[in-house]
Amino acid sequence: MTDAPCLELVCPAGTPSSLRTAVDAGAHAVYCGFNDETNARNFPGLNFSPDELHHGIAYAHKAGAKVLVAINTFATAGATDTWRTAVDRAVASGADAIIAADIAVLDHCATRHPEQRLHLSVQAAANTPEAIEFYAETFGVKRVVLPRVLSVPEIAALNAEISVETEVFVFGGLCVMTEGRCALSSYATGKSPNLTGVCSPPDHVSYSEDPSGKLLTRLGGFTIDSFAQGEAAGYPTLCKGQFTARGKTSHLFEDPVSLNAADLLPDLARAGVTALKIEGRQRGKAYIGQVVRAFRSAVDALASGTGTLPDMAALKNLSEGGRQTTGSYRKTWR
Amino acid sequence: MSASPIELALGPCLFNWPAERMADFYARIADEAPVERVYVGEVVCGKRMPFTDPIWPDAIERLRDAGKTVVYSALAQPSSRRERNALTLQAAYDLPIEINDMSMLPARSGRSFTAGPLLNCYNEACLTFLAARGATDWCPPVELPLSSIRKIAALVPEVGIELFAFGRLPLALSSRCYHARSHGLTKDSCQFVCDRDPDGMAVTTVDGQRFLAANGIQTLSDSCQVAALAPDHLEILGISRLRLSPHSTDMVRVASLFRQCLDREIAPDELEARLEETGLPGPICNAYLNGDAGWKKEILSL
Repeated sequence: MTDAPCLELVCPAGTPSSLRTAVDAGAHAVYCGFNDETNARNFPGLNFSPDELHHGIAYAHKAGAKVLVAINTFATAGATDTWRTAVDRAVASGADAIIAADIAVLDHCATRHPEQRLHLSVQAAANTPEAIEFYAETFGVKRVVLPRVLSVPEIAALNAEISVETEVFVFGGLCVMTEGRCALSSYATGKSPNLTGVCSPPDHVSYSEDPSGKLLTRLGGFTIDSFAQGEAAGYPTLCKGQFTARGKTSHLFEDPVSLNAADLLPDLARAGVTALKIEGRQRGKAYIGQVVRAFRSAVDALASGTGTLPDMAALKNLSEGGRQTTGSYRKTWR
Repeated sequence: MSASPIELALGPCLFNWPAERMADFYARIADEAPVERVYVGEVVCGKRMPFTDPIWPDAIERLRDAGKTVVYSALAQPSSRRERNALTLQAAYDLPIEINDMSMLPARSGRSFTAGPLLNCYNEACLTFLAARGATDWCPPVELPLSSIRKIAALVPEVGIELFAFGRLPLALSSRCYHARSHGLTKDSCQFVCDRDPDGMAVTTVDGQRFLAANGIQTLSDSCQVAALAPDHLEILGISRLRLSPHSTDMVRVASLFRQCLDREIAPDELEARLEETGLPGPICNAYLNGDAGWKKEILSL
């Protein structure tokens, strides 16, 4: 058996210390963003100042790891300079790639920094060869992060038709709606991934008790889920809540599960995927370290061609609520 | 009072109405609705296309004979080869088209098109880019506040701006079909159950509050957007057309009421009151226009 090409492991860094943790744990690349509305994880206490990014990139480069800077929200009308400045700063800091979704941001980067490597963010929701080739030809995008709408065979077929690399999510939070095409959060709260870089923001979460003593979790005036006394209450992420349709109450959009495609790594490699992405810039260092180490050992085992992957069962405990799915990678999910 | 230069458009029907109902609907729109522009075509689900495709040639002809500009609105989330091929074919139509996914841009480039509300165009730089590739008209994403639309209109005056002014708000797309899921089916075996809900399937919270409406792979608001704005206000904002999204309520009546408001025969608050009498799919909402949570109903500020 010939050696499979090594899959690149792309890991989240919400803070400078988690960047160091991810690099130390074996990340081939980390992705991070500035501490403002230019990135899709715009939460208080997260992300990097320009100075922190500069030092983070130096740390990663010293260890042979890359840093990908996400500037992947959609620029506010009349204030696009904020996004342009973020691109200029990331380029000046030596970012290995910029991850962007907005045509305004891609166009600025391609025009002003033609040598800078560009990745297409999942928020651009490019899932066809036509869309991907459009971004590749127009802006010189070298890699596309695929929206979680495709099955593994569809990813293989897509890779055969496009000229650029693909990166897929393998672990962490799972968008049920197509990334970049969901305004549910702003409908309930006024804030959304595309507009402000947040989904189901914590400052719009509240808890109350109904007359029967059940705990209701609410987001911006709507009840997202209910829990019996003593039951662990999950965070009210809008698309993972319980709702009633046709007289039946259920997790209509998706169960409170998170993505774990560890079992599919060989299939994804065969499908021609270049890089594997771990979600979770909002997660702590301990989590980052464990997940990155587990996936790095799996990626290394895959590259060695031994055919046996390490036991990834421990990852199950790291998922919220311990429940996992392979999402759209299996067609029956639809 | 003088008639307003602001136009009305009937947006594409987002729901799975039977072909016969759809054909009757457009015949009546052609004969009776005071709208200048009508969007036809299937936007939400490629699996529905074989049912409605046969009705479009006659519908287009009838609408054109009635003096309407007819725009073919294309699929928002193409994925299968059949859907992708359909988009390439449609891009070559000698007919105005609305693009709802970047997939279609290369095939249409250099020829005029409308940039639809499901394209992620949020600022003047993106719209300028699209205009350079043929965009003559733009319906902004429903999240975008009037303050942003006004700035963009001033900076990109060559593009006509059409505001999503009536109907349940298109909020999200997925690869999963929620109609199928709620019936214990999957997208591949869906049995086209979305045809049972002509305005979308009601989705309420566990404590009984109305919230959303599922429409196949699409999620809409339960509430019904009504942008009740005086024509002078719209002109200041740089909006040249209002889009009315089809529902099972009397759309001829809805269009007539909007026309009366644009012609200053009724005031914006009277427009709201009269629209409510027509039997709306949900309570009126409008707060996205103020930059707030979309489900709310607020006084609209300039």
